[in-house]
Amino acid sequence: MQLDIPLSILLLIIVLVGTQIFVPSIRKWVWPAIAVIAVGMLAVHPYFALVWAPPEREMGDVYRIIYVHVPQIQVALVVLAINAGCSLAYLMKKSWVTDALAEASAEVGVYMGSVAVLLGAIWGKPTWGVYWDWDPRLTTAAILIVVYTGYLTLRRFVEDPDKRATWSAVMGIIAFVNVPITYMSVKWWNSLHQKQSSPKTVDPQMVWVLHWSQVAFFALMTTFVWHRYLLAKAQREKEVALPEALPPARPEAA
Amino acid sequence: MSGEVAIDIRDVSKRYGPRWALARVTYALPVGRSLLLTGHNGSGKTTLLRMIATASFPTAGKLMVLGQDSRDDRQAIRQKVGLLSHASFLYEDLTATQNLVVLGRLMGLQDPEGKANALLERVGLKARTDNPVRQFSAGMRKRVAIARLLLKAPTIALLDEPFGELDPAGIEQMEQLIAELKAKGSTLVLATHQIDQGIRLTEARLHLENGRIVEAA
Amino acid sequence: MSRPGLFGTLLIVLRKDLLIEWRTRARLNALIFFALATLLMFNFALGPDTVLMRAHAAGYLWLSILFSSVLSLGESFRIEMENLSLDGIKLAPADARAIFLGKALGNTLMLLLLSLVLLPATIALFDVHIVMGVPAFIGILLIGSLAISAPGTIYAAIASNARARDVLLPLLLFPILIPALLACVKASTLVLQGDPMNQLDSWLRLLLAFVVIYWSIGFVLFPRVIEDD
Repeated sequence: MQLDIPLSILLLIIVLVGTQIFVPSIRKWVWPAIAVIAVGMLAVHPYFALVWAPPEREMGDVYRIIYVHVPQIQVALVVLAINAGCSLAYLMKKSWVTDALAEASAEVGVYMGSVAVLLGAIWGKPTWGVYWDWDPRLTTAAILIVVYTGYLTLRRFVEDPDKRATWSAVMGIIAFVNVPITYMSVKWWNSLHQKQSSPKTVDPQMVWVLHWSQVAFFALMTTFVWHRYLLAKAQREKEVALPEALPPARPEAA
Repeated sequence: MSGEVAIDIRDVSKRYGPRWALARVTYALPVGRSLLLTGHNGSGKTTLLRMIATASFPTAGKLMVLGQDSRDDRQAIRQKVGLLSHASFLYEDLTATQNLVVLGRLMGLQDPEGKANALLERVGLKARTDNPVRQFSAGMRKRVAIARLLLKAPTIALLDEPFGELDPAGIEQMEQLIAELKAKGSTLVLATHQIDQGIRLTEARLHLENGRIVEAA
Repeated sequence: MSRPGLFGTLLIVLRKDLLIEWRTRARLNALIFFALATLLMFNFALGPDTVLMRAHAAGYLWLSILFSSVLSLGESFRIEMENLSLDGIKLAPADARAIFLGKALGNTLMLLLLSLVLLPATIALFDVHIVMGVPAFIGILLIGSLAISAPGTIYAAIASNARARDVLLPLLLFPILIPALLACVKASTLVLQGDPMNQLDSWLRLLLAFVVIYWSIGFVLFPRVIEDD
């Protein structure tokens, strides 16, 4: 399964980043617009995935889960990469924006990753005969979920907001560096046993639906992350008594 | 030498979570002077002392110690500052000598064991040098902490409630320590609730309330 | 008076930790017996089929080491938190990176010692013969201990300041160590049973990469964990 990034996702990212930086007037409309796009695309998605796309030569209709399973895992990886970026950014320059975004992206990543792994297991039963056969990619994804659940647990168990931000940033970097290492090690470990099966045909209609799914789930992820980010930022403001960055020069009169 | 500023606190604030432990504190202490720091528990005395020791850093403002920035030049400052704190910094399973020797080695001293034992004898702990610190009473730990500070021989000494848990002999020892540090020309900051005692031993005074300076003399 | 550099500081911290372990060796003994007990439990839980046991011996050995590591890593920082001794060292002054190297090395030696004690027990309980020789096996034990210690030291430092530290440390550490665990078990199994297809090399390279990456990360990031900024 190729990891081709459809042009539309690239376009979406450019629009997103571009408006945030360059066009402040429509800035606040971008996010609701993406939410609408996400809902709209996902509303018609079942038709494309279940009806419009042709059945696969070997797997028949069972393969259709690909249209939810693959986009979710791909998007989960992207959002966890965002977490890694925020972790690095925070360590270089402290900011509640990067900290809140790190928290949001980790949570959405764990959620989408869990769904993807669950769907992978559901797909496994009819195709492999078992729910789990230690397929390297699925196994790495499962490990990833445990790692980032640990990240979220750490965040929950550190009370001081400043220490929480720093330590979870350290952990975010360790966790992300671990991803390729884990994938390689599981692949070697498993290469002595099974081989995976995946759809071999690349019917253009299927590719088209896959692209549609990727954009739809990317938009969904963006919506989730945006709202979770706002929530995290609000929590931070409450915790550190922002936006007052400094106490007043004179104490308030009693 | 006097005229130089030992501790220059410039509009320093420190935040822990939602609470400002220190709020816009500005003060300058010249070299060789001794300062009494007073205030209720939670007024920011410990926070301020830890910041001067570079154990923590300002959320806002700048703290200069002996002309160097506390955040950027922390290693250089740490060589010259000694902190006597609530926490003893001791390893429970090592003896008093072994604890001091770790510091001595990190300082690069020659014959750290000899110097450690000499200092422990001075604070009246010679007989106990083989026992782990775990077996020490609170007063004895304070004496080990005094010996530790003497070993460091700091240019700036920060004492956080040094008289707590001491018996009269211990208090006398502490006062001797303070006198000795002053005689050597060290700059001293003494945070204590025993105000009368503190006034006797110091020249200037700073009173904190809710992280702000309320009175400076 | 000349202050020790990075290496000198590392040695002072290491020496201090080893001295404390020696003076509290009753605790170390208890830890060793815990590890042996764990190994025994695997033996009982997984039945007396000798063929199976021989095949999986390396797995059980490394799991026992892993479970014991949580206890030894946790202890390594509990002693530093008791009287804020870590602050005392830091303010001596001592470079935080040297503190990391010293503590991580100390943890490595402790794990190596533990695994060396477990080795004869493993040979006896699981009826294995080390085809490639004992020195090769000890080499794997050493690299494995290095692999566990680097992320272990970082996470132990973080967890010792957080709530539920006893449960947080294994939760954070174990998933990160999976690649190292896989590689250690595979490499150990090959050393035990022989390596006809020459796979040992790739596993060793993976382990080495893991060690280099995580010791580097620890070296760079540990100051952020123990300093206030």
